[in-house]
Amino acid sequence: MAIISTAGLARTFRTGNGPVEAVRGIDLTVREGEILGFLGPNGAGKTTTLRMLTTLLRPTGGAATVAGHDLVGDPAGVRRAVGYVAQSGGVDPQVPVREELVTQGRLYRLTRDQAVRRAAELAEDLGLTGLLDRRTSTLSGGQRRRLDIALGLTHRPKVLFLDEPTTGLDPASRADLWDLVRRLRDEHGTTVFLTTHYLDEADALADRLVVVDGGVVVAEGTPGALKLRHGGSIDATLQETFLAITGRGPAPAGSAPVSV
Amino acid sequence: MLLHDTALVFGRYARQTLRSRFAVLLGLLMPLLHLLFFGPLLTGLPLGGRGSSWQILVPGLLLQLALFGAAFAGFMIIVEKNLGIVERMRVTPVSRLALLLGRVLRDTAVLVVQSVLLVVAALVMGLRAPIWGILAGFAFVALLALSLASLSYAAAMRVRTPQEFGPAVNALIMPSMLLSGLMLPMSLGPRWLDVLSHAVPFRYLVDAMRDAYVGAYATGSMLYGALVALGLAAVAVTVGTRVFVRAGA
Ligand SMILES: Nc1ncnc2c1ncn2[C@@H]1O[C@H](COP(=O)(O)OP(=O)(O)O)[C@@H](O)[C@H]1O
Ligand SMILES: [Mg+2]
Repeated sequence: MAIISTAGLARTFRTGNGPVEAVRGIDLTVREGEILGFLGPNGAGKTTTLRMLTTLLRPTGGAATVAGHDLVGDPAGVRRAVGYVAQSGGVDPQVPVREELVTQGRLYRLTRDQAVRRAAELAEDLGLTGLLDRRTSTLSGGQRRRLDIALGLTHRPKVLFLDEPTTGLDPASRADLWDLVRRLRDEHGTTVFLTTHYLDEADALADRLVVVDGGVVVAEGTPGALKLRHGGSIDATLQETFLAITGRGPAPAGSAPVSV
Repeated sequence: MLLHDTALVFGRYARQTLRSRFAVLLGLLMPLLHLLFFGPLLTGLPLGGRGSSWQILVPGLLLQLALFGAAFAGFMIIVEKNLGIVERMRVTPVSRLALLLGRVLRDTAVLVVQSVLLVVAALVMGLRAPIWGILAGFAFVALLALSLASLSYAAAMRVRTPQEFGPAVNALIMPSMLLSGLMLPMSLGPRWLDVLSHAVPFRYLVDAMRDAYVGAYATGSMLYGALVALGLAAVAVTVGTRVFVRAGA
C-alpha cells in the first residue's frame, strides 16, 4: 500500500539568472511503514522535493498524493498527516524547550492541557525531560536534533520527513538517532522519508533507496540490489555503487547545501 | 480557528517582546531625545498652528515612532526564516493569515505602549491636549503600525538576508518621514514642498493627528486622515495576506 506516490513531480525556480530546474520530474512510491533513504549529491533536488511533499512549496509540474491526500488539492490534509524536520531545524534559540514543545502542540490545534501533556510525553520519549526549562540555544547538537524531531512528531504523523537529520552530529548522536528512527517505525509504524548524503547511514537505516541526481531519479532499490546492479557485486560498497550511478561522490567538496 | 491561531502566534511573539523589555525602552530613545532636546527649541517659534508647539511636535514624534518601529518589523522574520522557524510553523495546519496577524498585532501593541510612555513624558515636558484627541492619536498610531508592519513582513518574506532589507527600508522611510512633515508642519515651507508632501500618505495622518491634539475633531483633515489610515491598513493587510498565503508557492 503506497503512502506516498508522485508522478512527474517538478519544480522550477525563477531567479534573476533565469530559471533553475531544481526538480525535473520525480516518480516514486513509498510503502507504508517503510524507511526510505533519499540519496543524492548536493544540489540534486532533495530538499526541494521534501518541501513540495510537505506543502511548503508548490510544484510547477506533476502530481503527488501523501497519506491519501492530494498535494495541491488538499494541502491541509497533507499537513495533518506529515511531520517535517528541516535540515536547519526550526527552533528559536531564546525560547525554552518546554515552550517550543507546547507551542507546537497548539499549532497542531491541541488544547492547552493536551499540549502540555503531549510535551511531557515527547520529552520522555526523546530524552529531553531534564532539559525542558533550558533555552534551546543551550542544547548540544544531538539534543537539538532530538528536539527538532520531537516537534515533528507532535501530532503523531503517519509520515515523517527528515532532511539530513544527522549532518553535523557526532558518531554517538548519529547512532542514537538511527535507533530512534528504527523505533519510530517498529513501535508506531511511522513511514520515514529521510534524505542523506552519508552512504553508511543510507546503508544501515534505509529499507530502500531512491537515488536522485540533477532533479530526477537515477536509481532505486534496496541497498543490496543497488550494489549488485550498479556496483557489480553485493560486496561493493555503497560508495562505489553511488559513483557508478552518478559518476561522482555523494558530496562534492565546495558545494554547500542550500538551506531555505 | 483564525482567532485561536492569531492569539497563539501573538502570544509567542508577545513573550519574545517581554524577554527583551530593554529593547522596547531603547526603541523610545530617539523620540525621547527629540522631545528633550528638540522640543524646547520650538516653544517660542511661530509654527502657524493652533495650540502650543508641543501639540504640533508630539503627534509627529508618535507617528515617527510608529513609522520606524513598524517598517523594520520584517527584520525578525528574515532571521526566523533562516533559522527554519517560518517553515516549521507553515508545515503545521496553523492559519497562514494568523502567522501574519499574530506578529503584526504584537508590533502594534508594542508601539501603542511605547506611544503611551512617550505621551506621559511629553505631559511632563509641558504638553496639554484634550484626552479624546490623545486617544484618537493612539488609534492613528495603531493603524499606521498595523499597515507598515504588514507591508514590512510581506517584503521581508521575499528577501533572503537582513543586509538587503535594512538599506531598502531606510531608503523608503527617510524621505517619507521628511516629506510628511512629521517634525515641523509642511505648511511652513515653500509651496512646492507642501504640494509634494501630499503625495505621501503619512502627511494626512499627521495633519489629522495635529487637529485631534487641539480638539478640532470635525475637520477636513480629520476626515482625510481617517480615510487614508483605514485605506492604507486595508491595502497593507491585503498585500500581507496574499504574500503569507502564497509564500514559497
Ligand atoms: N529558493 C530557491 N531559489 C532558486 N534556486 C533554488 C532554490 N532552492 C533550491 N534551489 C536550487 O535548486 C537545486 C536543488 O536544491 P536542493 O533541493 O536544496 O538540493 P539538495 O537538497 O539535494 O542539496 C540547487 O541547484 C539549488 O541551488
Ligand atoms: Mg538539501
